Amino acid sequence: MKPRRLLKSATFRLALIYMLLFGGSVAVLLGFLYWATVGVLSEQVDETIQADIKGLAEQYERRGTPGIAAIIGERVRNDPGGRTVYLLTDPLRRPLVGNLSGWPTVFPDEDGWITFELVDRDTPDGKPHPARARRFVLQGGLNLLVGREVRELERIRRMIVNAMVWGIGITLALAFAGGIAMSRSTARRIETINQTSRDIMSGDLDRRIPSGGTGDEFDQLADSLNDMLDRIQGLMEGLRHVSDNIAHDLRTPLTRLRGRLEDLDNHALDGEERTRRIDAAVAEADGLLAIFNALLRITQIEAGVQRDKFTTVDLSEVVRDVAELYEPVAQAKSLVFTSLSDGESAVTGDRDLLFQAIANLADNAIKYTPDGGSVTLQSSGKSVTVADTGPGVPDVAREDVFRRFHRLEASRNAPGSGLGLSLVKAVAQLHGGDIRLEDNRPGLRAVLTIA
Amino acid sequence: MRVLVIEDDTDVAAYIVKALTEAGHNVSHADNGKDGLVMATTDDFEVLVVDRMLPGPDGLTIIRTLRASDNQTPALILSALGDVDDRVKGLKAGGDDYLTKPFAAAELLARLEALTRRASNTGIAAETALSVADLEMDLLARTVSRAGTAIDLQPREFRLLECLMRNAGSVVTRTMLLETVWDYHFDPQTNVIDVHVSRLRQKIDRDFASPLIHTVRGAGYVLREPAQDAAQDGGS
Repeated sequence: MKPRRLLKSATFRLALIYMLLFGGSVAVLLGFLYWATVGVLSEQVDETIQADIKGLAEQYERRGTPGIAAIIGERVRNDPGGRTVYLLTDPLRRPLVGNLSGWPTVFPDEDGWITFELVDRDTPDGKPHPARARRFVLQGGLNLLVGREVRELERIRRMIVNAMVWGIGITLALAFAGGIAMSRSTARRIETINQTSRDIMSGDLDRRIPSGGTGDEFDQLADSLNDMLDRIQGLMEGLRHVSDNIAHDLRTPLTRLRGRLEDLDNHALDGEERTRRIDAAVAEADGLLAIFNALLRITQIEAGVQRDKFTTVDLSEVVRDVAELYEPVAQAKSLVFTSLSDGESAVTGDRDLLFQAIANLADNAIKYTPDGGSVTLQSSGKSVTVADTGPGVPDVAREDVFRRFHRLEASRNAPGSGLGLSLVKAVAQLHGGDIRLEDNRPGLRAVLTIA
Repeated sequence: MRVLVIEDDTDVAAYIVKALTEAGHNVSHADNGKDGLVMATTDDFEVLVVDRMLPGPDGLTIIRTLRASDNQTPALILSALGDVDDRVKGLKAGGDDYLTKPFAAAELLARLEALTRRASNTGIAAETALSVADLEMDLLARTVSRAGTAIDLQPREFRLLECLMRNAGSVVTRTMLLETVWDYHFDPQTNVIDVHVSRLRQKIDRDFASPLIHTVRGAGYVLREPAQDAAQDGGS
């Protein structure tokens, strides 16, 4: 990958940020550790040296040069291992007493502290040991150097610094690797979604985004996108199905219309017969128009545009009105027609569409129930049941009947367009509800529920 | 009846103009919103037929403008096939009726006639009784009698008859009946209205020599006095 592209990649950027954050935190942590160990230890050494100088200075004041020389001599003798550093010189820095062969050649800082190598000591490893000391000028111009060997401290310091360098190095490496791995797994899942989208755009509409199976946000995203794709595909299939069916189902009435018109042209008919035939042709054309209107209406309802017209509707009143409108039709077929209601039930919806849906159900029930059967309309809470004692709908066809133009084989010769139930379903969905067909033993029970 | 048709689609406009002219009306036509608005304000029409979607100001704007300038000429709004059925919006803008394309010429005619009649009736004190030939309706007592014989009607039958009587002499379509008598806008799958009308007929016409309620082929129903009976009657 080119550096530019690398920087543009979210994976790399995320890894880098992750690494810097993590590395920074570890560096701060180790810095504190360093301060808490080496810092405190060297402070202790400095304090010891300070105290020592203070004591010697007091001795000098009290007992003069010989006194302090004696004390230093004694101390040097008592420290054969050479862990301490003492040197008393004259003002010209010529050694008088002490365990250093000469004044260190290191330049002291402004407080007189020096850090130097003890070159004149025998050490087990043969290397010079580090030491820290402070210069003190006594009254009379004598120079006093008091210090401690800090080999142990230095060792600890080096160890800790070492550990810190490695620690930070390893942390950065791990953080970077971890960052890459983490953001790669994220990026891979995004890439999967990306790839699927591209596949779908290039025409493979059946592709779906695989789920990681963990139910995390990515799975939720995948699920939402898949649901959306299903919906789109459903709509597209519906559309294809409709256009196929329009072509297929409108051919019959159009052919009939054509035949009727031809008929009018070919025969010299008497007035009454001619009128009858024109009527039939007009009725045929009206039927076609009604089919188109119903189709458009379903499409509009499915698009959900009407939802802004929703008001509060008393569902039981709508059912009562449907029953009132259809009762004479049922009576004309000598059906036992009953309308039941368990009181007012307010729903939010489109009054006309609800009426249309329930009317379609009632219409179907009356149409398909043989003479002498019974049809019952019942509103109960937010659902409406239309039950009949007709031939019913076989189990396998209970989904199909909601498709546009779908008609059961047995009812193909009955009047109707095969759009009534599609419209009921569209209305149910517009209202966030559903329509269910059940067995009424015998007959059909349609249950429309409004959310 | 002087009618102004504001419609940009030439075929639809020609269809409307032909149908209205054949029915004996005096029709003017504008094919865009601007001309239509000018004609509607300068000339005196009895009723307007306004398409919703027009070049220039659209149908609703035209009606709103007319109403704002206190022009109360009744207006029927036409909405194109596939438009959202925005009856409410159309009526709110000041339209008096609403019809979706495609429509039958008979439907348009019947609605325009009902509109002009309604317009000419406004201002007259609320009627308390209606009568056509020997049929009489008391709107206060909610009673109906024919040739002095009381007829017992269900409330819905009463309203159905009232609608027919108010429009006596002109056609009332099935959709108009659904809208005014049942107050629902919907497409009946079967002609439920016919069953109701034939029930009403049983009560009004059966025992009398001359029927008052007639079926108008391809359009709807008309209630008229026997003397006006013409060859139009194709009903049963």
